[in-house]
Amino acid sequence: MTDMLRRRVATITCLVGLLSVLVGAQGGPRRIVSVVPALTEALFAIGAGPDVVGVGSFDSHPPEVASRPRVGGLLDPDMEQIFRLRPDLVILYGSQRDQIEQLTRAGIPVFSYAHGGVADTLSVIRQLGTRTGRADDAARVSAAIETQLADVRARVGDRERPRVLLVFGREPGSLRNIYASGGIGFLHDMLEAAGGANVFADVPRESVQLTSEAILTAAPEAIIELTYDDRMTLDTQAAEIAVWNRLSSVPAVRNRRVRLLLGNQFVQPGPRLGDATAAIARALHPEAF
Amino acid sequence: MSVSTIPAVAPVTAGDLRRRIWLVQIGFAALTVLACVTAPLIGPTTISLRQVFDSSIPFAENVDAQIFFIARLPRALAGALVGASLAAAGVVLQALLRNPLATPFTLGVSAGASLGAMLVITLGLPLTVVGVPAVPIASFAGALAAVAVVYALATLRRQGLSTNVLLLAGVTLNSLFSAIILFVQYLADFTRSFQAVRWVMGNLDVSSYGPILSALPLMGIAFVVFARLPRALNLLTLGAEGAATRGIDVLRTQRLAFLSASLVTGAAVALGGPIGFIGIIIPHLVRLLVGADHRLVLPASAFLGAAFLVACDVAARTVLSPMELPVGVITAMLGGPFFLWLLIRHR
Repeated sequence: MTDMLRRRVATITCLVGLLSVLVGAQGGPRRIVSVVPALTEALFAIGAGPDVVGVGSFDSHPPEVASRPRVGGLLDPDMEQIFRLRPDLVILYGSQRDQIEQLTRAGIPVFSYAHGGVADTLSVIRQLGTRTGRADDAARVSAAIETQLADVRARVGDRERPRVLLVFGREPGSLRNIYASGGIGFLHDMLEAAGGANVFADVPRESVQLTSEAILTAAPEAIIELTYDDRMTLDTQAAEIAVWNRLSSVPAVRNRRVRLLLGNQFVQPGPRLGDATAAIARALHPEAF
Repeated sequence: MSVSTIPAVAPVTAGDLRRRIWLVQIGFAALTVLACVTAPLIGPTTISLRQVFDSSIPFAENVDAQIFFIARLPRALAGALVGASLAAAGVVLQALLRNPLATPFTLGVSAGASLGAMLVITLGLPLTVVGVPAVPIASFAGALAAVAVVYALATLRRQGLSTNVLLLAGVTLNSLFSAIILFVQYLADFTRSFQAVRWVMGNLDVSSYGPILSALPLMGIAFVVFARLPRALNLLTLGAEGAATRGIDVLRTQRLAFLSASLVTGAAVALGGPIGFIGIIIPHLVRLLVGADHRLVLPASAFLGAAFLVACDVAARTVLSPMELPVGVITAMLGGPFFLWLLIRHR
């Protein structure tokens, strides 16, 4: 091949590439793969569900995801499977640098995700709308969540805010390795919107691994424990709540204000964020609903 | 592998020795007592001792008493037991295997225990078995399974107990179990595998006395056996033949040493997780301080291991308060450099 020919082939390839990007941007991607459960859910919520051709290992919502091929998750994305699905948009975690680079090199557009606070979740949903040519639908979904949050705030706004410990991880059956929300991130934002005052609001982290001393000293008035395991039996739930009885000087324990909330909507900040916040608010202020 | 770098014991007169043994034991025991008494007084929260022991306030409403008796004292006791167990097991196994690099975790016990705990955590199995949390039970069962496999392999081929086979089987089993652990973790979902990883870093925040009381009898049995071992261990470091010619029942000693060290390690790991470094660092540190005689090394290591882990755990719960720092990270970060410094200073 002469130099001239090679240059010409390169130019044509570039033009075709540019053209396909432009066409794609106008029509929106038609074959989307998402390994991020919250964003898979958002895709379905904004009406892009039919274009989703592959989902992550841990996706469970909405039920339609069950019919889509699985392509791995945060730690184990199956790149071969992703390529085989011939996607024109892949949604990955921002920390999956190698995979993002591989896809970029192959010319496949990537939407990279990092979670943050409630405001970030809403803005991610809108960005996703723009990227998929469904900006209006996304704006509607995001506005609906904002309405839900405003409704929750209005209901609990003038009530006294209990000091709350928001737990999202713990060794089963014991008080070891307790993880709770610090003062940043969507869990903290949801708790504040739900009319609770986070006892660890001054710790500038999303998650804090707590000692039992820290909990005794913080003396929360309510404990909300989130677990994504929604198939936990009632007996197990009662046993898990009873584990807290050991810390009997904690007002939440003494006044029986330890609540277990089940479901992955609490730990996956997506379209159900408004529902999840309302559920926390209901647990903290049952009389407001 | 069988060439020992654990120094042989220099002869001394009986009276001198007895006095030294007592002095060393009292000295190191005092250190342990000091650590255990001081540890519950130290913490991020200031508590009033008068209120802690004030019986006019009901315990359910006495925050200071709860911080003392739930958040701090059980941790100090668990730390002392786990530290003593791992350090003593390290001494016994280093002598048994005649290998200075042996640790309580060399023979697969901790990998077996980790696999047991990991299965319960990642599969979300029932959380209690007859009132005791399932994770420690599963980890102890895993430890026993590993011990059984290694022991069976080491006694399979010939009459005696082959320490070489013991060592190789242990190391291989460690790798095999680690591979299974990785596989289980890989299949588990993210939150659960993170919890499992956290378990491996060790945690003494038991927040009750139940786990301590269930580990105590197992550790008690092992330490009764340990108390009878030192003289035989001294002779074992000369080699099996040398020990046999001096009237030691080599096979019986090896068997007792292996089983008691494994038992105590299994119980310690079930209580505090596989906390590293104590089982190798403390025995060597003690040897640098008191010489190689196991009559000194074994009790001194148990006491120093206890004091060291109690101190590390105080750091674990205070340094980043209200956050907990994994105690295994501290033992390695404090123990490693200190040991290297001692090594350089003494050579």
